[in-house]
Amino acid sequence: MAKIIGAIGSSHIPAVGMAIAKNLQQEPYWKGFFDGQKPLWAWLKEKKPDIAVVFYNDHGLEFFLDKKPTFSIGAAEEYISYDEGWGLATIPPIKGDPELSWHICNALVEDEFDITICQELGVDHGLTVPMQLMFPNDKTYGGIKVIPVIINCELHPMPSLKRCYKLGQSIARAIESYDKDLDVVIFGTGGLSHQLDGQNAGFINKEFDLMLLDHLVKDPEYLFKYSIRDIIENAGAQGVEFNMWMGMRGALSGKVEQLHFNYTVPISNTGAGTMLLSNK
Amino acid sequence: MSYLDDKTPIPGTIIFDGTKSRMGYGLNKMCFSFNDEAAREEFKSDEVAYCKKYNLTDGQIEAIQKRDIISLLEQGASVYYLAKLASGLLGLNMQDIGALQTGLTLEEFKQKLVDAGK
Repeated sequence: MAKIIGAIGSSHIPAVGMAIAKNLQQEPYWKGFFDGQKPLWAWLKEKKPDIAVVFYNDHGLEFFLDKKPTFSIGAAEEYISYDEGWGLATIPPIKGDPELSWHICNALVEDEFDITICQELGVDHGLTVPMQLMFPNDKTYGGIKVIPVIINCELHPMPSLKRCYKLGQSIARAIESYDKDLDVVIFGTGGLSHQLDGQNAGFINKEFDLMLLDHLVKDPEYLFKYSIRDIIENAGAQGVEFNMWMGMRGALSGKVEQLHFNYTVPISNTGAGTMLLSNK
Repeated sequence: MSYLDDKTPIPGTIIFDGTKSRMGYGLNKMCFSFNDEAAREEFKSDEVAYCKKYNLTDGQIEAIQKRDIISLLEQGASVYYLAKLASGLLGLNMQDIGALQTGLTLEEFKQKLVDAGK
């Protein structure tokens, strides 16, 4: 049977992709952040997971406002990185596992998550930056296949933290009922506190970020009390990307152990968290 | 009940909801087109003509000409599409955009980010 072995929480800031493209990893600004990834690289090399379920949000590459699904799942043979319009280099295609995707989609709809199923899906920095970051200088990404899970984080109304957590739980049940011996890792990408738009641009709340991450590990259901409005007020307009981390955490059903944690601030306009959790 | 029923303003924050999305539909659709290089080139060759193709209002066109980010947001721009216009075509990165919106210099804005980490 397929098994979820752990999870990685990661930033997906475009500036990280830019830094990789320009080879700036050891520059003073970036060193702390990239050095903070080393335990993840070692863990991925040792565990060699077959599948990564990647929670991210599309930033106007694949989805426009004509049709904006709340939850979508990729079900393609491969995912293509396209020009996003402002100079971020594209990366080689990333393999999918459509058979597992369809298994998850079938189970989710049965479980009352009426997701949008995407047999073609262009992927933006929300997915490509974590892939570059987790598999440095590796055009095959360690041979891993991805299942993209996209949560609307642009157009209000947005789903609650509780709903995203439950989505993760439902995805985990689907994976654990899949009749193939696959090791699965969950990526939660994005955040943490940041605001790009409005007079409050540049808002970062380190204390709130650290509180969220602490509870995420120890007692994620405590966080259900925060509404999307609460998150905007405390973590900035784009702090809602924390929903990707809630989805990730929901997919860890076993006893969780935090193997690594790093928080670097500022990276571009954000507080950038890195987390490695094992699922016993 | 939705969290959006609470209409109390959040200082310095423009909530991109259904009202804003309707108001900014053409503007955002134009910015979405900038994923394609040919569209970016067409915009560069004649900004106003390209804006009119997407039925932007006079107010939105004026805000683009003035590079007035806050005004564009108030007129329905979504920041993810706006970034394609601002970064891809106007040569502004996220810190430049932050400085423009907050009335700070670029250095002051960067310092604000650094101070948030202390």
